[in-house]
Amino acid sequence: MVNVLEQRMQQSFVDHVDENLLMDCMRCGFCLPACPTYLITGQDEVHSPRGRIALMKAVRDGEVKWDGSVEEAFDVCLGCRACEPACPAGVQYGTLLEETRYAIQEAKPTSLKEKLIRKVAFDGLFANQQIMQGTVKLIQFYQASGIQKVTRKVGFMELFPDSLRDMETVLPKIVSKKTRQPQEKKQLRVAFFTGCLMETMFQQTNQRTIELLEYLGAEVIIPGGQACCGALHGHSGELPKAKRNAVQNVNAFHHEDFDFIVQNAGGCGAFLSEYGKLLGSVEAQRFSEQLTDISSLLVKLGLTEKIAQLPKKTEGVVTYQDSCHLRNVNKVWVEPRALLQATPGWEFKEMPNAAGCCGSAGIYNLLQPVVAGQILEQKMKGVKAVTPARVVTSNPGCLLQMKVGIEREGLGASMQAVHIVDFIYETIF
Amino acid sequence: MEWITQLQQIVGKDHVKQSRAQLAAYSFDATAGFQAMPDAVVSPESTEQIAAIMNVCRTYKVPLVPRGSGTNLAAGTVPSQGGIVLLFNRMNQIIELDEDNLCVTVQPGVITLDLATYVESHQLFYPPDPSSMKISTIGGNVSENSGGLRGLKYGVTKDYVMALTTVLPNGTILKTGGKLAKDVAGYDMQSLLVGSEGTLGVVTEITLKLIPLPKAQKTGIAYFTSLEAAGKTVSEIIAAKIIPATLEFMDRGTMDAVEQFMNLGLPQDAEAMLLMEQDGDEEAVTRDVEQMIALAIKNGATHTAVASSAEEALRLKAGRRAALSALSRKRPTTILEDATVPRSELAKMVRAIEEIAIRNQVEIHTFGHAGDGNLHPTCLTDSRDVEEMKRVEQAFAEIFEVAISLGGTITGEHGVGEMKSPYLEWKIGAEGIDLMRTLKQAIDPDNICNPGKMFAKSTKPRVVLHYG
Ligand SMILES: Cc1cc2nc3c(=O)[nH]c(=O)nc-3n(C[C@H](O)[C@H](O)[C@H](O)COP(=O)(O)OP(=O)(O)OC[C@H]3O[C@@H](n4cnc5c(N)ncnc54)[C@H](O)[C@@H]3O)c2cc1C
Ligand code: SF4
Ligand code: SF4
Repeated sequence: MVNVLEQRMQQSFVDHVDENLLMDCMRCGFCLPACPTYLITGQDEVHSPRGRIALMKAVRDGEVKWDGSVEEAFDVCLGCRACEPACPAGVQYGTLLEETRYAIQEAKPTSLKEKLIRKVAFDGLFANQQIMQGTVKLIQFYQASGIQKVTRKVGFMELFPDSLRDMETVLPKIVSKKTRQPQEKKQLRVAFFTGCLMETMFQQTNQRTIELLEYLGAEVIIPGGQACCGALHGHSGELPKAKRNAVQNVNAFHHEDFDFIVQNAGGCGAFLSEYGKLLGSVEAQRFSEQLTDISSLLVKLGLTEKIAQLPKKTEGVVTYQDSCHLRNVNKVWVEPRALLQATPGWEFKEMPNAAGCCGSAGIYNLLQPVVAGQILEQKMKGVKAVTPARVVTSNPGCLLQMKVGIEREGLGASMQAVHIVDFIYETIF
Repeated sequence: MEWITQLQQIVGKDHVKQSRAQLAAYSFDATAGFQAMPDAVVSPESTEQIAAIMNVCRTYKVPLVPRGSGTNLAAGTVPSQGGIVLLFNRMNQIIELDEDNLCVTVQPGVITLDLATYVESHQLFYPPDPSSMKISTIGGNVSENSGGLRGLKYGVTKDYVMALTTVLPNGTILKTGGKLAKDVAGYDMQSLLVGSEGTLGVVTEITLKLIPLPKAQKTGIAYFTSLEAAGKTVSEIIAAKIIPATLEFMDRGTMDAVEQFMNLGLPQDAEAMLLMEQDGDEEAVTRDVEQMIALAIKNGATHTAVASSAEEALRLKAGRRAALSALSRKRPTTILEDATVPRSELAKMVRAIEEIAIRNQVEIHTFGHAGDGNLHPTCLTDSRDVEEMKRVEQAFAEIFEVAISLGGTITGEHGVGEMKSPYLEWKIGAEGIDLMRTLKQAIDPDNICNPGKMFAKSTKPRVVLHYG
């Protein structure tokens, strides 16, 4: 009997997963020790980058028929891309994963209802920042277990109510948006990519980002018509929608003249930095080249020297949890540490395996609560080894995840997770 | 299937995997062009469980393929006859560090680098360092008798194996060796097991010799405008009674690829590069490195450098370290081979490889361990191109032929597995194959331990070459 889904899946892999990128993998296995899911699953090759690439190829070549076990292998991947810097052959794993998830999404029969939910999420909430801004839809979205519905509909694993409840307890209080005074024209012009999560749930962090930049003498402009970066779409198999958002953003930032585009969310930053590759246009390439993350820009504008001058009072130990995408894709890990080391009164201590994923990975912690929980537990062991008063992160997802970790370990009284912008802001002002 | 149920009883249901994804993920290793599905993937946790598994496999004639990290380059872990892939992911403990007897006892699944780091934290040294050590397992190293960059001075894995526990194909548990510096009781079964590539049993516990950690290390580099000058320098270094810890080599094509990829500023006119390292006592290290550099200059090196700090040493080494990565980015398929010649024949061998590549219209660049004559001619190709693959195969056959005629061998460290098996007879002769078959037959009469490896269905006809 011919299985239609198996056949359709193979065809979809042929259509959407680039064979040449697959061929780059020489199966050397150097990526294995870098992969958190390989390690946490007791070295299961299925949950390794090499194994996943082999599965992509095997499905594409028709050597392995599609089934739940194959799908699970891709679902369990965090998309943290720790495998990329470890790979001597320069395999573009992130691109392969996006293509694979797109191929699956294209071939899988989806119910009308799921289509609707996906539409609400990817065409509504995470498409248009206006919808999110001010309306705080996202919070309602979380609190009404919208994500729960989406993820169920998306056909992934059942959610554990626990992880959602944990998430809700750590969500920050929404602050109302300040109106900003127009600035006189400065030497340095920075365009701010506000991000949809950052602009709603972490509105305060965004305001502080602007104030810090202004404190360093930059003029900050917020181009209108920005869309969600599209990372969430890209990672969920909605590549065309990710591209749609990318085009909108490239256009939004196209006409104004400025020196940098800055963002303060590691996950978005990585996706934005790959617009050039995603769209292949000159404008998109320029967008990606102008993009920088907040830590790098603060260091470039001399903040490290400036804060080092501030009066000291002893505060405690601070440690840093890398945002996977900021580190593995954008190769930024020195600058945030330089800032923390320069902050007076704080003693910076590196925790073991700070570069390893915390298990947040977009909405992974909601889709794969078991593995995410195990990874977080590992992570918290590292955190506890340095007993910090602050765990600093560079991405909203990681921030929430670290908050969950601190809650679960019952460390809330002595330890706080904060975004790097908030941490710096609070030491200066 | 009855035997699956029995395996589940031995190791527990969770540790016998049979999903499509599992079977596919264990259907290959680091060797290009080989793939086959196993029937199940099994993770035992003890020697006793492995003995029980062996008995099931023997009763039902199910092939058993031991697998460390699957980094071997000879298709040694591809389950080409089906059966089970046996993993050591649950047997990865360092059991005992014995500082009195300078040895360490480990389970086979321990990652080589983890072991090295662990013993170094106790000021001890485990020298075998295959380039894959970040991920290869000790069990795999022992079974392949792996070598590394330090092979010239410190030897290879077999020089460090003191004791083994092995489950034999008849299900019995054999202990060989011990914490002894000397032991000549009977046949040296241990030497037979080391490098047997999983064809004579499953290694389940390993005791390894350790030595004191060298106090100092120094790195130098030299570029030459001719291969012969580099080759001559290697000979003269050894003739001067210097045994460097590492003596590495890259040819022009490899350097070009590295330069394209990393922009290190390697000299454009260089045709070969030697990387030299010495370790030991501070004074001797400095003297040896200076002398090696002097010999390089005497032989016409156009550019030399000695690292003055650890960071600088890393910079000098960056090029050689990136060799494989840089090459692998040029074409879809990378085939890393492993021909070895006496070090006096180094330049001749590299020249011959160049000619063979041109003659067969394939792209091959060479780097490797100059000090021990172990070269890695690396072919950049596309496994989808059937015509080209035929030429690649022909080129490699010619390379092995030349290596043997220069007194060398078909593999210096990667092993025979399935990929090299058609060439084994070239090296060890029909008598060698006969004796090996007799041993295999006596130890594994049902041919369940890694069948299809080491012994080929037929030997490749020798190519007759007329070279230089
Ligand atoms: C990029 C790269 C660089 C490399 N560099 C080197 C190098 O410098 N030097 C070198 O020598 N090799 C090198 N290799 C080859 C390879 O890494 C080594 O052979 C290594 O020892 C294999 O270890 P593994 O754990 O991956 O074993 P595997 O590949 O899993 O297994 C190797 C063989 O051993 C058998 N085996 C594994 N464990 C056991 C056991 N417990 N009992 C019985 N049989 C067992 C398997 O059946 C198989 O035949 C390199 C490979 C790559 C990909
Ligand atoms: S490190 Fe790169 S080439 Fe090697 S197996 Fe992993 S993805 Fe493939
Ligand atoms: S993206 Fe992260 S989880 Fe996925 S294969 Fe790479 S290292 Fe592993």
